[in-house]
Amino acid sequence: MRLTPLTVFASLYLLVLYAPIVLLPLFAFNDGTVIAFPLQGFTTQWFAALLDTPALHQATLNSLVIAVSTSVFATILGLFAARAATRYSFPAKAGVVGFIMLPLVLPEVIVAISLLIVLMQLGLDSGTWSIIAGHTLICTPFAIAILQGSFSNMDRSLEEAAVDLGETPWSTFRLITLPLVTPGIIASLLICFTISLDEFIIAFFLSGNEPTLPVYLWGQLRFPARLPVVMALGTILVILSVLLLVLAETFRRRGLKRAGLKDTGGFL
Amino acid sequence: MSHSQTATQGKTQPIITLEGVQKYYGEYHALRGISAEIRQGEFFSLLGPSGCGKTTLLRAIAGFEDISGGVIRLDGRDMEGVPPNKRPTNMVFQSYAIFPHMSVAENVGFGLRRSSMSAEEKRRAVGEALEMVGLGKFGARAAHALSGGQRQRVALARALILKPKVLLLDEPLSALDKKMREVMQVELIKLQREVGITFILVTHDQEEALVMSDRIAVMFEGEIAQLDDPETLYRRPRSRRVAEFIGMMNFLPARVLPTGPGGGRIALEVAGLGPAELETAQCPNGAAVGEAEIGVRPESLTVLYEGQSAEGGREAEGTVREVVYYGDMTYYDILLDGAPAPVRVSMRNMPGRRVLDYGARTRLAWDPRSMMLFS
Amino acid sequence: MSVYGKVMRSEAGKGLTLISPTLVYALLLLAAPLISIVLLSFWTQQFLTIQRDFTIANYAEALTDPLYRELMLRSLRISGMVTMVTVVLAFPVAYFISFHVRPDRKSLWLFLITIPFWTSYLIRVFLWRVILAYDGPVNSGLIATGMIDEPLSWILYNANSVVITLAHAFAPFAILPIFVSLEKIDRSLLEAARDLGESKAMTFLRVTLPLAMPGVLAAVLIVFIPTVGDYVTPRLVGGSGGTMIANMIYAQIFDLNDRPMGATLAVLAMMVVAMVLLWGVSRLRFWLWLVDRAGGGAKGIGAAIGAALAEILVLRALFSLGPALLGPGVAVIVLLLLATAGSVLILMRVPKGRWGI
Repeated sequence: MRLTPLTVFASLYLLVLYAPIVLLPLFAFNDGTVIAFPLQGFTTQWFAALLDTPALHQATLNSLVIAVSTSVFATILGLFAARAATRYSFPAKAGVVGFIMLPLVLPEVIVAISLLIVLMQLGLDSGTWSIIAGHTLICTPFAIAILQGSFSNMDRSLEEAAVDLGETPWSTFRLITLPLVTPGIIASLLICFTISLDEFIIAFFLSGNEPTLPVYLWGQLRFPARLPVVMALGTILVILSVLLLVLAETFRRRGLKRAGLKDTGGFL
Repeated sequence: MSHSQTATQGKTQPIITLEGVQKYYGEYHALRGISAEIRQGEFFSLLGPSGCGKTTLLRAIAGFEDISGGVIRLDGRDMEGVPPNKRPTNMVFQSYAIFPHMSVAENVGFGLRRSSMSAEEKRRAVGEALEMVGLGKFGARAAHALSGGQRQRVALARALILKPKVLLLDEPLSALDKKMREVMQVELIKLQREVGITFILVTHDQEEALVMSDRIAVMFEGEIAQLDDPETLYRRPRSRRVAEFIGMMNFLPARVLPTGPGGGRIALEVAGLGPAELETAQCPNGAAVGEAEIGVRPESLTVLYEGQSAEGGREAEGTVREVVYYGDMTYYDILLDGAPAPVRVSMRNMPGRRVLDYGARTRLAWDPRSMMLFS
Repeated sequence: MSVYGKVMRSEAGKGLTLISPTLVYALLLLAAPLISIVLLSFWTQQFLTIQRDFTIANYAEALTDPLYRELMLRSLRISGMVTMVTVVLAFPVAYFISFHVRPDRKSLWLFLITIPFWTSYLIRVFLWRVILAYDGPVNSGLIATGMIDEPLSWILYNANSVVITLAHAFAPFAILPIFVSLEKIDRSLLEAARDLGESKAMTFLRVTLPLAMPGVLAAVLIVFIPTVGDYVTPRLVGGSGGTMIANMIYAQIFDLNDRPMGATLAVLAMMVVAMVLLWGVSRLRFWLWLVDRAGGGAKGIGAAIGAALAEILVLRALFSLGPALLGPGVAVIVLLLLATAGSVLILMRVPKGRWGI
């Protein structure tokens, strides 16, 4: 790659993009309560402090339950919609699909408030299940986008060939469709898991007295003394997200390879 | 042309009967009442420009499209409501549809999953099918590591392993380059003769259809314009449109004269050529007195060299307007005196025979027996 | 076969059946809640109970109270700034990835750019508070290197810090759509332009940029809409000067316990965003159409700029002088009619132009 102004700009851009995240581990291992330069020395005490915070463990458990349920539900709903959108034409298709994809652009605050108000008006208590419902709503569009990619990469005549050779529609789905979209399904599960794990607004509005990890973190931000611990927790969360993403990307690429296609870009 | 000569029993029995088959896509009328009989064991082609409904018809026979009206009978049985997996047809798809996550052998043996054969029998059947298409050693190969021609052979083996009553081929050669296409044309003909199964080929390539088929249905806009064997189709096209679509044809304005000699003969005056007489068989649209058009193939016009003269004095004079040299052949566009547009003439290049120059004056011989009159 | 069976077997029937679980879910959890906040916005809160009489009192209050109006305008202003900064900075990067990165490396670059987007939003925003803090890395670093004597105060707890943080957070959103539209450009078009005698710069301006416009527009939408309603960033780094409409909505519901007012503000925020975008897209189409109708060149551009200036001046005058002259309610209605009816008229009458807008 030649060193043109454009290359320099792009590299600087990438650097700035990552700058805040790079600071996370720096201060998570810094032996000082103030988040400022110069660094004070190496310590793992902030990570150790995470271990003896029971409230944090409960929040982590909540988050995991929510993220796992969300990723499963959103991927199932995404499978239905992505399959319908790629395989069939039906009246008002653009409108129907557009409406389902709406949470992608709608401010999360609007989604959160409208869900909260409905719950309040119905006199229901919000909690883990309502967060799962909200997260499923906002994750489904992502699942659809990923799965639509998998479905449309698949030559439609592959399924016709299987039916032509004597398989029923269901066994065709099992023998041909499912193996070819499995990488997409796994990528969708991982991405939805990541989104749900990191999502704050909906969880914040709907969590009641069962905070998720980000809601717990939000509560800690008020206490300056807790900041290094927050940095440690943030480090773990970011590393977890990156790992999940790399995994998802690996599966996406494997899916492309399996379908015998060339890689043309990333998610979405 | 006709290459399946073995008269198997029931050869005249139609394997497929189409009766007034209709297909609508919403408002769009894709098939406008198709009726035809496809005979047991023949190589049948559906030929037409893109959008003429040929692929729709093939897919309707396979069961991938529900028809809006009419009847499709396969081996005497009405196919209404019979799903593709229950029909005794198999298909070679345009994209070949080779399952990318399976090996070549798994692809070929795909349709045997539900059969009662033992594993050993299945293995042998797959081996034989692969041998048949010349891919004997390729069984363990991953499907996505195949070339275009190999993919097509796998698709063929996969479809034929179930011994279908009819094999449907959807533009199977269109993805191949010219050389490979010619090789596969010959192989398909051989294969068809070997297995004796009825083949229905969809193609937009008239040359391919002429080379391969026993009979061809030429389709325009959802209708069969003409159904005949290749030779009849070429020599006696029943409409100007078919004539234009199959091979190359020159059209010259003509006038049907009221002073016919009778006895089934028609007298006319052709622009650039002069007076001529045709049989009624050469007038598919009738021969009403007045303006009409004659069609004549390039090879039915002959350049006369010095000293040569035409039989019966049927000669015309003109100027060479274009010379297209093909090696074995030369095409001339010649503007005949009194004709509104040039006619194309094809001449075989022989040793010692000079190629005419652009702008040269020349004489042409013509034969009324090779003409068609369209009104 | 019964009519029902026929419908179910048809292509449309199968498609609708298949998508129905997802659609029903979205209807129940998105459409129904959205409709209920619209309903709620027409009710009023009376101490602890909700008065279920239809009234537009909330809207009257929301549109005339200077506090709400200031917050709404500030949200639009901040989002507009964020959108501009993100799109302008993102375009060269998208261009670089599409045109200068080797094809087999493109997905790596895209992956690198999207990673930060997938990590916790909360943490990223919070990190900016840490970075920009009075005693944070930026200030302590600058003081240590002797570039400044005392910490900069204008970089945290105001609108600037909100713009910086949001622009950073939404960067990948802007890059992806622009990249996609750049990738779609047939490279031989650019070669054709060069072959026909255009310089590299002019080829970019006359071919690449117009063809990338759909992507730029998508980037604008995808950054502008969510940022108007952002809650976390103004709360964490905005201070009092950077508070936005979402913070007010939250306060109405949780702190003031006035849910109908919160709902009203939420509905208004969505409507205002929709109108602003409708206005922008329709006027862009209209101005481009004017340019083309005048035969392009200086004359066409002049006509378009004239039309744009005239309308903006009228709208501005209405906005600042209208309430005094016509009364606040009437002024708002006239303003909305002018802007939105004009948008609808343009979108219906003026055909889609060559930029795909």
